[in-house]
Amino acid sequence: MGMTMTEKILAKHAGRDCVSAGDLLVSQVDMVLANDITGPPAINEFEKIGRPVFDKNKIALVPDHFSPCKDIKSATMCKRMRDFARKHEIKNYFEVGRMGIEHALLPDSGLAAPGEIIIGADSHTCTYGALNALSTGMGQTDIGAAMASGTTWFKVPQAIKVTLTGKLPRFVKGKDIILTLIGMIGVDGARYQSLEFCGDGISELTMADRFTICNMAIEAGAKNGIFPVDEKTEAYLKERVTDRSWEAVTADADAVYAREITIELDKLVPVVAYPHLPENTHPAAEGHDIKIDQVVIGSCTNGRLEDLAQAAEIMQGRKVCDHVRMIVIPATQEIYKEAMRLGYIDTFIDAGAAVSTPTCGPCLGGYMGILAAGERAVSTTNRNFRGRMGHVDSEVYLASPYTAAASAVTGYITSPEEVMK
Amino acid sequence: MSKVWRYGDHVDTDVIIPARYLNIADFKELSEHAMEDIDTSFAPNVQPGDYMVAGKNFGCGSSREHAPVVIKEKGIKCLIADSFARIFYRNAINIGLPVLEIGSDVEKIEAGDQLEVDMSKGEIKILNKGITIHTKPLPEFIQKIADCGGLINYIKGENK
Repeated sequence: MGMTMTEKILAKHAGRDCVSAGDLLVSQVDMVLANDITGPPAINEFEKIGRPVFDKNKIALVPDHFSPCKDIKSATMCKRMRDFARKHEIKNYFEVGRMGIEHALLPDSGLAAPGEIIIGADSHTCTYGALNALSTGMGQTDIGAAMASGTTWFKVPQAIKVTLTGKLPRFVKGKDIILTLIGMIGVDGARYQSLEFCGDGISELTMADRFTICNMAIEAGAKNGIFPVDEKTEAYLKERVTDRSWEAVTADADAVYAREITIELDKLVPVVAYPHLPENTHPAAEGHDIKIDQVVIGSCTNGRLEDLAQAAEIMQGRKVCDHVRMIVIPATQEIYKEAMRLGYIDTFIDAGAAVSTPTCGPCLGGYMGILAAGERAVSTTNRNFRGRMGHVDSEVYLASPYTAAASAVTGYITSPEEVMK
Repeated sequence: MSKVWRYGDHVDTDVIIPARYLNIADFKELSEHAMEDIDTSFAPNVQPGDYMVAGKNFGCGSSREHAPVVIKEKGIKCLIADSFARIFYRNAINIGLPVLEIGSDVEKIEAGDQLEVDMSKGEIKILNKGITIHTKPLPEFIQKIADCGGLINYIKGENK
């Protein structure tokens, strides 16, 4: 029987010729990740086991959520992780000033490659499926255990085949594709399953689009999202993964899928997910009645250079609306520098936006842009649950960088076409 | 008398334990904020031995294990749902919080019902209604982790 991309990666790491959906297996892992919120409790669990780390080169620790530290409690947690990293000589510990948002930083640093398994104590670890890796989020106990054993258990997921066809319209990006898909299948539409992307439409997508799409696979309940390798993937990896070889994983023609979905890219429009679920998608062009107070451009979903380029394209020669605060957060230091070199940062500041050092901050209601009761934000982040960005009576609307920036200009939910016509 | 705390579909980890409290390292202190953003009466009034019952996709969102941890910390005897989000489910098993996934049978359970749950038989009795719900047992491997009280105990057992 044929296997999906996900099944092939699991089979190889579990030392089996073949696996199928529903099998429980113990698998080797190639990278184990934690951040400043999940790292300290993972370390507590790790220490209960009483073994050394399985491989100091295969653990990544990134203080990004409440870092640079927002208060004494966060500083205490970051210190706990930093001390652990030093004690165990963890190679991939990324200090403030050299760090970034984990899911932009790891692939950009060459720490994910096709066919690899990456597990992380963060639900958006599924991002690296864009590189044909199997990556998925787990809790801190799983991660603490894997830091000792280098293995974890998996249930082989059923798969949904998502075929992308046609050409992308001018202002439609990866964020619109994944929000549209979640709108179609719901926030539990892929629960316990893998989203396996294929089709000629993939060639339309930049790597940033693919990272955004896989990043939000969890928002449909999926274990992971995964793309095949093409020339764009190879070009991305060439500069970054230089210390090891990798092999592209392809799905067999007779692989078994629980469900098949086709998305015709030509028919898509910019969309916005309204509160309080990512499945609540509406065309951005229909949002004129929704007045907003804040716009956030950033996060592991949309804080990459290309995302900033799109926001800058809109903001060039325009101003942030009087009653709106716009906050731009490049996802890594490298992206920040490149955005500066290309003039995007000047554009944002000239438009009246605030620009921050890399942090997850506002996305999860941590800091650096918290909402008061009754306030609304259009955000390029990934979740719009109740209270996600601040007060329980605030609202988050999820959108692409194009749509978020266009909304910053007008002060209400706006399709980029309207501002750019 | 144990109480049923009844919630709907898609209860996400941001309302189970809002991220603004995740800088609190002490789980007992953290649990004082459990469910705060959808039910301010839960944390001050829940009693050890109470049950939590919810709809579809319970625990969707973040991987934060703090979510099942605060529910366990508050003494919930068993968490029953139509379905669970996968990371939450895994985390609950790993930390030894008893969870049962029972599909649409969950609609038979209302706030105020008297429950008796036998995890080993996968059996839920709604005493006041005379209804018994049978659930599928956990896969053997996962049951072993649950029997050990969680993943860390299971792994430590492997070391011996």
